[in-house]
Amino acid sequence: MRRISIFILAVALLGGLFLLATMVYKGGEDGPAKVDPALLTRMHAPTLGPAEAKVHIVEFLDPACEACRAFYPFVKQLMAANPGKIKLTVRHVDFHPGADQVVKVLEAAKKQGRYWPTLEAVLASQPQWTINHVARVELLWSHLEGVGLDLDRLRNDMLADDIERNLKQDRADADALKVEKTPEYFVNGRRMATFGYEQLRQLVQDELAASYP
Amino acid sequence: MNSSTPATDAAWALVFAAWVVATASTLGALFFSEVLELPPCVLCWYQRIFMFPLVLLLPMGLFPFDPRVVRYALPLSLSGMAVAVFHLLLVAGVVPESVTPCSRGVPCSATQIEWFGFISIPLLSAAAFTLVTLLLIVAHFRTSK
Repeated sequence: MRRISIFILAVALLGGLFLLATMVYKGGEDGPAKVDPALLTRMHAPTLGPAEAKVHIVEFLDPACEACRAFYPFVKQLMAANPGKIKLTVRHVDFHPGADQVVKVLEAAKKQGRYWPTLEAVLASQPQWTINHVARVELLWSHLEGVGLDLDRLRNDMLADDIERNLKQDRADADALKVEKTPEYFVNGRRMATFGYEQLRQLVQDELAASYP
Repeated sequence: MNSSTPATDAAWALVFAAWVVATASTLGALFFSEVLELPPCVLCWYQRIFMFPLVLLLPMGLFPFDPRVVRYALPLSLSGMAVAVFHLLLVAGVVPESVTPCSRGVPCSATQIEWFGFISIPLLSAAAFTLVTLLLIVAHFRTSK
């Protein structure tokens, strides 16, 4: 029986050490830090909704990310349910191989004033051009025909320096904000504690209640 | 309980020590991923696959003591050691990064923890697998005599 007591003691010690370390570490956190607002929005970032809206959602989006595709209509619903109170800013990240080219398509579409319809077409056709988590921009073109873009001009604009600069700026800000998964939302600078539709809805409701009492 | 000779007592203690090392490593790995929220890279996952089962497997050989548990545990610890050594070589730059499939966000060659200037997660893993392997081999020779 001596052996079993040694074993049980070891289990208790190791488990206790783990719990203690967890408590010490978690206790040292001061809750979610307020993020630097300068990192959240930049002049070039496309924004939807009235400028005076008091609830500002900043979304970090990878055009090849399935969850981003699934969340997009949900965010639009939240905005439609609270007209004039929510604005949405999209920042781009390219976590999937090849997604940088699709981000450039979106940036170039912005130069033609057709960013939002292009984003919707890109997300709607995502399963056709994202194959095994690799974005293939050459498969995207045929899905952009209904958007009203000048595709020759768009391809040319994709090579522009300012588009490369915007892409790098978005990446740098995503790194600085520790955005590691997409979509990531910041609602008035606060992010979801855990990921999910309900958590995002709650966060938006909280900010709506605070901004429009 | 079976006859307790000095030889089996020593072997039991060695297997028990291997279990302590495996359990401490498992809890450490969980601490890194679940508490510090460092995402494990692909190679880390393979090492976890070989380390975590030891936590449950070794006690089955401790109560009652069955020296053959070494035979069942050794393939896990040796395979884990191989992956850990490969991981160390990758971090050191001996193996080129391109030969390993890694998700963006967590390249296996990135160093996430560095204590005292040289202790990294792959080094801890390689040390733990080596220790478990040595303890099990010594336990095997103690009982086969």
